[in-house]
Amino acid sequence: MSLSMPQDQSPPPLAGAGAARRPGASRRGKRLAEALTGYAFLSPWLFIFFTFVVFSLGYALYLSFTRYNLLRPPEWWGLEGYQRVLADELFIQKALPNTFKYVLIVVPVQTLISLILAFAMDQKLRFRRGFRTIFYLPSVTSSVVISLIFVWLFAAQGVINQITGLTVNWLDDVNTAFYVIMGMNVFTTSGTLMLIFLAGLQDISPAIYEAAEIDGASKFQQFLYVTIPMLRPVIFFVVTVGVIGCFQVFDQIFVMTNGGPLDSTTTVTYLIYKWAFRDTTIKMGQASALAIILTLIILAVTVLQRRVIEGSGSSTA
Amino acid sequence: MATLARRAAPAGANLYTVWERFKNPIFYLILIAWAVICLAPLYFTLVFSLKPVENAYTPPLWFPTPFTLENYRTVLQSFDLFPRWLANSAIISLATTVLRVLFCAMAGYAFARLDFPFKGFLFNAMLVSMMMPGVVTLIPKFLIIGPGIIRGGLPLSELPLIGGLFAGSSVVLPTGFNLIDQLPGVIVPHMVDAFGVFMMTQFYKSFPKELEEAAEMDGTGRFGTFFRIVLPISQTQLLTLALLTFQGEWNRFMEPLLILRTPENFTLPLGLQWFRGEYYTLYSVILAGSLFNTLPILVLFFAFQRYFIQSVATSGSKEG
Repeated sequence: MSLSMPQDQSPPPLAGAGAARRPGASRRGKRLAEALTGYAFLSPWLFIFFTFVVFSLGYALYLSFTRYNLLRPPEWWGLEGYQRVLADELFIQKALPNTFKYVLIVVPVQTLISLILAFAMDQKLRFRRGFRTIFYLPSVTSSVVISLIFVWLFAAQGVINQITGLTVNWLDDVNTAFYVIMGMNVFTTSGTLMLIFLAGLQDISPAIYEAAEIDGASKFQQFLYVTIPMLRPVIFFVVTVGVIGCFQVFDQIFVMTNGGPLDSTTTVTYLIYKWAFRDTTIKMGQASALAIILTLIILAVTVLQRRVIEGSGSSTA
Repeated sequence: MATLARRAAPAGANLYTVWERFKNPIFYLILIAWAVICLAPLYFTLVFSLKPVENAYTPPLWFPTPFTLENYRTVLQSFDLFPRWLANSAIISLATTVLRVLFCAMAGYAFARLDFPFKGFLFNAMLVSMMMPGVVTLIPKFLIIGPGIIRGGLPLSELPLIGGLFAGSSVVLPTGFNLIDQLPGVIVPHMVDAFGVFMMTQFYKSFPKELEEAAEMDGTGRFGTFFRIVLPISQTQLLTLALLTFQGEWNRFMEPLLILRTPENFTLPLGLQWFRGEYYTLYSVILAGSLFNTLPILVLFFAFQRYFIQSVATSGSKEG
């Protein structure tokens, strides 16, 4: 009995019983164990994060300063790649203006439509659930399937022409192709954005409306001075997601037009793909430079848009 | 605001009563109009896919007359690659979903419950990475999954700083996974993602600790607690993440396009797009195939609608 006592008094640092006797060492051991457990739990994410985010970002930056065609090792090129991007006619005259046009049309339209739909859904009308299901349907369908369907709807002999009696060759016409793709994007994303807005609307506490009503605010004033300001963070989120997504539009372009006709639907992301993977002379360095430029543009637009949305109202603290 | 309201009331009153009266019909009209827009493309696709190829462009437009299931039979029977694509898509989506749910839950649990150095820094880095446009890492990602950032690998003897130690060695380190044209090439980079980790972190933070503490009192270690207590009680959240992941991976296009090269290894979206290039005139068959691609997601959607909608609805509040 007395012989076994010393053993009990020096337990391994991990055992909780030792805490009372050797507080310092045990606590340190426990913390070390917890840190190790933490990193063990985190390891899959850490591996992917360091490989495909941190390292990839650095490598993309490095590649953007090189000339690389996959066949020979990357060759240092300094700013030559960036200069070539900025001097490239397809980029300056088509891809860049097309991408901005796409963002400037699709983002406001889809935000507005989804906001209106969310308000309508928030009116406690009948069949709400049915409408909600239907509105979300286009969002669960794959971009390729939706694109294939739209290619067929807007074909020369397609349903659209049959219903309207028009004879427009929508996707082969420089004046219409890009708008069909934009319309399709609005069609697929509005349902999702509507759900986000609806959740935002339902999050606004009824107490705030009651307070406004006691103050004598009309329904319209409540909408203007309560709903919109309270919804501002959600609007910011929806616009940000829209901007980031629209700047990178690719699948639909690839399936529907391949950037044509006459490059009228070539966007920056499509151009990156074209340079890096499709052209006969692969230009991975120059494509990386363009990817970096696109990222900087997206960053700048997001910051600018945050200023605009947050600056447009003084009610947010 | 009160004075403002009283001043505005008399002038706006008339207009306002008119609005109150017609408000609901207007809202119904809006909802019905958008519902028609949402359903019409799918409806026409269904009708078209149920008509014989020869009658594809003859009226009527609205009903599948003459009716046939021939296109669906063609997809399943005479097109031998179709089942492969279906299987490839299923393997990639299921594997990615299972791995992502597990890894995101593990990382989320670590961020929410455990204490370790650089935790705050790593969490913030993850939040920043959520805003990063995917296209910027597209090329490095392709190189890492495929041929490697240095084609042919990096000889040990040429390593910076420590290369001298291996002067005589002929060992070559691979700098990529070499997974081009293989299904794991699409699975690996997506087996965990920042949004999922963030979602699980928020969930575990809002979750009461008592159960876990009780388990620890009983002497269950952290790993045991996690797998036996924490995972089972977060079922709902895990299912939501699983559905979101499955939908995304089932529909993914750009990465498979770059990584999978031979038609045998295509996923369904890739196959459908390729199929269209080969058999443009058989559009009825393409649309029938497209509906096959849509069907599993639709079934999942109707079975778990609540989770789908909740997952989307909560994504908006992450900024707040």
